[in-house]
Amino acid sequence: MNKTKKKTEKIIFESEKDVPLVPMSLGSMLYNKTGAWRNIRPVIDTSNCLQCGICWKFCPDVAILIENEFPVVDYVYCKGCGICAEECPSKCIAMVEEEK
Amino acid sequence: MKKVIMGNHALSWGATLARAQVIAAYPITPQTQVVELLSEMCASKKLDAKFIKVESEHSAMAACIAASLAGARTFTATSAQGLTLMHELLHWASGGRMPVVMGNINRAMAPGWSIWTDQNDSLSQRDTGWMQFYCASNQEVLDTVIQAFKVSEALMIPSMVILDAFALSHTYEVVEIPDQDKVDAYLPPFNPPVRLTPSDPHAFGGLTGPEHYFELRYKLQIDMEKAPALIEESGREYERMFGRYLGEVEDYRCDDAELIFVSSGTAGYTGRVAVDALRQEGVRAGNLRIKVFRPFPFERVRRIAAGAKKIAVVDRNISYGHHGIFYQEVKSALYGKDHGVPVFGYITGLGGRDVTPDTFKEIARHALTKDEPDEEIVWIGVKK
Repeated sequence: MNKTKKKTEKIIFESEKDVPLVPMSLGSMLYNKTGAWRNIRPVIDTSNCLQCGICWKFCPDVAILIENEFPVVDYVYCKGCGICAEECPSKCIAMVEEEK
Repeated sequence: MKKVIMGNHALSWGATLARAQVIAAYPITPQTQVVELLSEMCASKKLDAKFIKVESEHSAMAACIAASLAGARTFTATSAQGLTLMHELLHWASGGRMPVVMGNINRAMAPGWSIWTDQNDSLSQRDTGWMQFYCASNQEVLDTVIQAFKVSEALMIPSMVILDAFALSHTYEVVEIPDQDKVDAYLPPFNPPVRLTPSDPHAFGGLTGPEHYFELRYKLQIDMEKAPALIEESGREYERMFGRYLGEVEDYRCDDAELIFVSSGTAGYTGRVAVDALRQEGVRAGNLRIKVFRPFPFERVRRIAAGAKKIAVVDRNISYGHHGIFYQEVKSALYGKDHGVPVFGYITGLGGRDVTPDTFKEIARHALTKDEPDEEIVWIGVKK
């Protein structure tokens, strides 16, 4: 999926001198994989997709990627909020119950 | 150029001369004229800044934080209920190391609904990680805005420039407006070490686990501890360029004083008048006006207090269930330092009740008749 996959090791600073002044890019989301929070998952039927990009724009967690001009869900991070399904103008995103 | 301006407009002039680039503010009595003049400055292009209208103080601070993160010099102003609505965002600004400068007009907290001055609004933001400057004249307000930007941007810590409602905000005084080119020489453009930019994307303020958070806070305190020296240095530089020194405290006739008042804000000037009157009556009084409350000027307070026989702290505020807030701070600064100076705590002037030279005289009479403080709060002027 991700063309540029980042390493997922935790960033550990040996000294406060290595910690950035501004709290930024501490790499926490590389290992904090929020997809496990999901109860329902978006499933995209690309045959009706208009390629409008609205799901990509509205996803609050940047969990919709555009690949080969179509949206793809990043299930590693998607929390299953359903905003993409709600906003999709052609209703081609279904929210499907997660099974254990 | 000299102008007769109100305290609120001194804030606006300070922000204009500092060339603030983004201003987001919501009007509230007694702060409104700050924003009015700034919006006019922006509309007339006297100030080349983006003026963002917002629906609340919470949003105002959020806009300032984002603008500051993007590298803009950012200013706002508020008061009382507005300041406390910002409370969460105050932590975001300091924790995110965004050097926003904000004017706050000290106004008593509701209820009962009040527009008059006391210090509980800003002092209840004591632990948010903002520097706090309590001003005593309109000139000091204008000058301090410019200095606050310099210190804030050097440390990446936000600053509050504070003045009393009406006693300063709506009082007109003669103010020397510095030349723009000299202010530009004193305060170069804001150039933050990191900024929000598409060319170098970062996630800011994201989830921060126990392995990182502690060091971020350690660094904030370490940088806060650098502020006293920086305030002194930038205050002396200001004096060299503009003829007015901007320090952490102002000590008035403290050198040989037996009784030193500790005061702040406009009461800090009233204290000087009272000191002169008391000296005519044979009382060797002095007045220590605390201008910078955060970081607390420990070294200055200890040095000046060391020569006194008694210290009387005049608080226009209260920490309910404790004492006056400056009183707590002065005692904590002197504790364990073996000065042995008795410190008396007085609460007066809440909700805008006048603090006059007579208030100080009454405090002096009380302190001079006691060897040791026998109560932690002495109320002055309350109808008991």
